[in-house]
Amino acid sequence: MMLVFPRESLSVYPKHLSPEYRSTVKRSPSKPLIIVPHTLSELTGPAFGHDAVQEGDHDLTKQHKGEPLGERIIVHGHVYDEDKRPIADTLVEIWQANACGRYVHNVDQHPAPLDPNFTGAGRTVTDKNGHYKFITVKPGAYPWGNHPNAWRPNHIHFSVFGQSFVTRLVTQMYFPGDPLFPFDPIFNSVTDEKARMRMVSSFDLENTVPDWALCFRFDIVLRGREQTPVNTEKH
Amino acid sequence: MSDITPSQTVGPFFAYGLAPHNRCDWKPNPGYDWKETVGADLVTPDASGQRIHIEGCVLDGDGKPINDAMIEIWQADAQGRYAHARGEKPRPNAKFTGFGRSATDKAGVYSFDTVKPGVVPGPDGKPQAPHIVVCIFSRGMLRQVYTRLYFADEAANDADPILALVPGERRGTLIAHKETRGERPVYRFDIRVQGDNETVFFDI
Repeated sequence: MMLVFPRESLSVYPKHLSPEYRSTVKRSPSKPLIIVPHTLSELTGPAFGHDAVQEGDHDLTKQHKGEPLGERIIVHGHVYDEDKRPIADTLVEIWQANACGRYVHNVDQHPAPLDPNFTGAGRTVTDKNGHYKFITVKPGAYPWGNHPNAWRPNHIHFSVFGQSFVTRLVTQMYFPGDPLFPFDPIFNSVTDEKARMRMVSSFDLENTVPDWALCFRFDIVLRGREQTPVNTEKH
Repeated sequence: MSDITPSQTVGPFFAYGLAPHNRCDWKPNPGYDWKETVGADLVTPDASGQRIHIEGCVLDGDGKPINDAMIEIWQADAQGRYAHARGEKPRPNAKFTGFGRSATDKAGVYSFDTVKPGVVPGPDGKPQAPHIVVCIFSRGMLRQVYTRLYFADEAANDADPILALVPGERRGTLIAHKETRGERPVYRFDIRVQGDNETVFFDI
C-alpha cells in the first residue's frame, strides 16, 4: 500500500503569521513557500524501535522518589492516518508544566512552586494498534507575556513522528471546557472550529480508574491516506 | 476538509523533554537524568562515508539569533539509502538512522555530527544531489518549516531537480559552505527564518 500526503490536508493548520500570537511576527517566513514534489527524501522518515524508550518513561508520576502533587490523570489515545488506520511503533513524546503551572525549565519565571517530584517529560512508542498511554498530573494554567493578563489554557505538548518526515507533528493537547479557550491566540490560531476542537481531549469515564485517576482521551490524526488507484484504461 | 490534528508551536520549554543534553542552556539542576532519545551526533561506529560537522545560526526577521529553536535533520547514508521503517532491505551500516535533533544555544547556534549523504533517487528517475532535509521548530512558529541543505562542493547541485525549482537568486540560501576547522570538514548553514536573504522553505 502506498500512502500519499496531499498538501490540502494542511489547510487546517495555523497560518505561519498569526499576529495575535506576537512571536510569529518576526519568526514566520515572509516569502511564499516553494512547492516541491514528494521525493524519497520526504516520503521516508525516522523509525523508532521500542528500545527508544525505557521502562517507565510513560509514567511521569514515578520518575522521582515521591509522587508529584496535583490531580493524577491518565492520558491515552490512538495515532491514526487520515484513513483512520492505526500507526504502530511510532514515537510519542510529551512535556508539560506541573500542577501549579510551572515548567522545570529555567526560562520559566512564573512565581509558582517547582515540584521536586515532577519533571514533566515523558515518551512512549505506540503499540500495534497505534495506542499510547501516559500517566501524569494535570498541568496548571500559567501566565505569559503575549498581551496583558495573558494565560495559557492547561495543555500538554505532544511530539509525534508517523510514517514519513512530512507526517511529523508537534501539537498541544487541551482539556475539555477550559474557560481560557476564547482568550488564547495559540489555540485560536487554528481558525476552523472543528479542527481546533480536535486538539481538545475528551473525558473518558470508561477508562477512568476507580479510586485512582481520571482518564482523558486524545486521538491524533497524522497526514497520509491511501493513494486513489489511477484508472489508466482509455474509454 | 481534512481530519488531521492541527499543529501548535513547540513553545519555549521543550528542551528538557526533547533535547535535554543538547546545546541548549536550560538546566536548573545538575541531577537531571532524562535520557536523550534523539541527539545531534548521528555518527555510529558502523557508519561508512565522510564524517562531517554541520553548524549554523538560526535568525529571526530582525537578524537576531533564535535561542529556543529545535532543528531536526533527515538524511540518507553515504550510499544514498534512507533508514526508513519500510526500507525492507538490510543495509551495511544499519545502525546509522539518518535522523538527528539539535536545539539552539544562547547564540542561536545548532550543530550536528554526521556523515555526508550520498546521491538519492528523485522524481522521474533523476538523481538528487546529496542533501539533508532540515525541519525547524520554535517558539513563535505555529507549524514547522522545512528546508534542504545542499553542499557547495557538489557538482551534482547543477542538475538537482529540486534546486531547479528554486529561483536562481534564492538558491544560495540552501547551500552549506565548507570551512576548515581541525580535521573534520565543517559545513556552515545559517537559517534565516524571515527577511533579507530569507532561507527558502518548501511547501511539502
